[in-house]
Amino acid sequence: MKKSLLLTSIAAVGLFAASTVSAANLTVVSWGGGYTKSQVEAYHKPWEAMGGKKINSEDYNGGLAEVKAQVESGKVIWDLVDVELSDAVRGCDEGLLEEIDPSILPAGDDGTAATDDFIEGTLVDCGVASIVWSTVFAYDKTKFTGNAPKTMADFFNVKDFPGKRGLRKGPKANLEMALMADGVAPADVYGILATKAGVARALAKLDSIKDITVWWETGAQPAQMLADGEVAMTTAYNGRIFGAQVTENKPFEIVWDGQVWDLDLWVIPKGAPNKEDALKFIAFSTDTKRNADQARWISYGPVRKSAAPLVGKHAEAGVDMKPHMPTAPANFKNALQNDFAFWADHQDELNEKFSAWLAK
Amino acid sequence: MSEQVMAATPTAVLAADGTPLKQRLQKTLRRRKLIAAGLVLPLGAFVFVTFLFPIFLMLFRSVENPIIHDNMPQTVAALELWDGKDVPEEAAFAALVRDMVTARQAKTIGRVATRMNFEMSGVRSVITSSARKAKKMEAPFKDALIKANPMWGERDIWVTFKRLGNNYTATQYLAAVDMRYDSDNNIVRQEEDRQIYVTIFGRTLWISLAVSLLCLVLGYPVAYLLATLPAKYSNLLMIMVLLPFWTSLLVRTTSWIVLLQTNGVINELLVWAHIVGDDNRLQMMYNQTGTVIAMTHILLPFMILPLFSVMKTIPPSYMRAALSMGANPVRAFVKVYAPQTVPGIGAGSLLVFILSVGYYITPALVGGRTGQMISNFIAFHMQKSLNWGLAAALGGLLLVGVMILYWAYTKIVGVDNMKLG
Repeated sequence: MKKSLLLTSIAAVGLFAASTVSAANLTVVSWGGGYTKSQVEAYHKPWEAMGGKKINSEDYNGGLAEVKAQVESGKVIWDLVDVELSDAVRGCDEGLLEEIDPSILPAGDDGTAATDDFIEGTLVDCGVASIVWSTVFAYDKTKFTGNAPKTMADFFNVKDFPGKRGLRKGPKANLEMALMADGVAPADVYGILATKAGVARALAKLDSIKDITVWWETGAQPAQMLADGEVAMTTAYNGRIFGAQVTENKPFEIVWDGQVWDLDLWVIPKGAPNKEDALKFIAFSTDTKRNADQARWISYGPVRKSAAPLVGKHAEAGVDMKPHMPTAPANFKNALQNDFAFWADHQDELNEKFSAWLAK
Repeated sequence: MSEQVMAATPTAVLAADGTPLKQRLQKTLRRRKLIAAGLVLPLGAFVFVTFLFPIFLMLFRSVENPIIHDNMPQTVAALELWDGKDVPEEAAFAALVRDMVTARQAKTIGRVATRMNFEMSGVRSVITSSARKAKKMEAPFKDALIKANPMWGERDIWVTFKRLGNNYTATQYLAAVDMRYDSDNNIVRQEEDRQIYVTIFGRTLWISLAVSLLCLVLGYPVAYLLATLPAKYSNLLMIMVLLPFWTSLLVRTTSWIVLLQTNGVINELLVWAHIVGDDNRLQMMYNQTGTVIAMTHILLPFMILPLFSVMKTIPPSYMRAALSMGANPVRAFVKVYAPQTVPGIGAGSLLVFILSVGYYITPALVGGRTGQMISNFIAFHMQKSLNWGLAAALGGLLLVGVMILYWAYTKIVGVDNMKLG
């Protein structure tokens, strides 16, 4: 009895401490590095300047684990999380996230209603998208002085383009890219991948570079691996490569052919301590101006149609950002949207198959 | 008994207040014991609350399976009457539709779908999309559901539903050893291209053994020097052992990346010295070699320190005596010195082995493809796939494995024959 009393009081004190800390500030969680910096510059600073609640910015590595743990234990500390589309949908289905009514979103600068202004598919029950990002492959220009890689197939062409490769350690995007390199049109990729033979075909394609591949896990790694000369070309998130190109003057080149693009969305964990402020922040940070401003710091595309023409020059380097957007017409010719429904259905099986393949 | 007491009473020594001295003594001892227990109690409670209780909870998760049972109660009840042959009756379909409507309102349908999807790939969207339509469905529900998705007309999905309807399940443990239930509820091996965990368990064991052995081979001479050199040198050596020990694990691992990578210090030196060609740089990182090298370095102090503390107590005169009696140095070492260090070897090896079996961050950073260990998969299921049940089962197996090894160790070497510093 005494022990349980002690326990309860310890828990209560802990809870109290946690809630006082988190209620005071708006805890915004994102992926860190150059991406978080772009959000701080484009969203957080103007938000605080106009009198919004002070923001406590935290980093995480993606996934729903922390959100699930917080919601299930009833001690939610995070107010806003920047997640991938598949996690936004899955978290919503599992009741881990608050629903967001799109009517809170302001109309675009040109007067278009928010629901029309956002690109189709970027507003979901529990999430509001902020950017379009993409998995592309990039290479070190100094390693390919003559013939340079131009297509997805070149990434798998070891004969003409020798050198080590970098790939994300996981099936997502890799299987799609392997199929596209094998000659599958983007529209057919997920249909083929849903079959056993399709998965085997993708893995067989990956087999051709398995022994010369270095596997990365966090977004910052690929640019580092290219810079260290550990790999000659690697898949990466386009914004990270852009950051290395522009702010560190690295001789990297992005190949947009066969890019797999995806969305990042704001979600609110169920029971977030500052839900009202979080909703206000979402409305604020996804308005046309902020949406376009964000693209001045990192090369991730805005999701509002009204923001696309406003994308200007990089805030520090002064480079025109438009051609660096995943959605720029020249880059978007052979592009595939990550199919969150496919991955929600097949990720458990494909993760296993991929791990088994990887371990062999 | 009472006769004995009666007999003893007349001769018993009495304390000042007249009670038998023996009784007084017992009372005092009991009070002391209570005080001692009271002093230990906070620590005991702390260990229980922060260590034993969470482990128990986690292990419980590996067999607990409440999602289908709690969120689809009518379907579970209806399926209890089902004989498992062919497709169930209309009643089960009707119950499923009712459950889906409630679960969708309560926002728990996603959990049900996720749980089912762990067992049956691709079934997630079947459940969520059918649940979306469930509200508008009308009897006969069997036709309505099959129209929504033909999968409801197949036996497999119902067998899985029925199996997962139990509040407790062994599926996670089966999955952790690459087994599964087939559609007739027989236990069979997982499809070949999905078998993974047995290999990883084997690799974890192998890497841990290799690291323990390497630590012993490298650590033994260092510990010997530490114990025998004059204080002036041995103190310096001790600092060299302890300094990396106090440095952050991440810093040490990252330093190894700097050293071992393709364009790292070691490869540059080798190329510069023309020992290897520029095109044939050694791959020492992002594979098993990298994991073993980095882990050996990081765990070395855990071998050296117990060895040192044992060697320090061995008088140098023993070796001198053996030598003076005509043994050659090798024989004296093998017969006289080495046997006395066995407690240190045992403690160090066990410590290093158990630590490396659960190693996580170093393999994650330098292990690449072939250097991943079971902890990396546990972390994956905790953080990415959110299959906490499977993570718990993998952790449970690891725990049992370590306990068996510990038991075998105490049987072979004996727990008294171990000195942890």
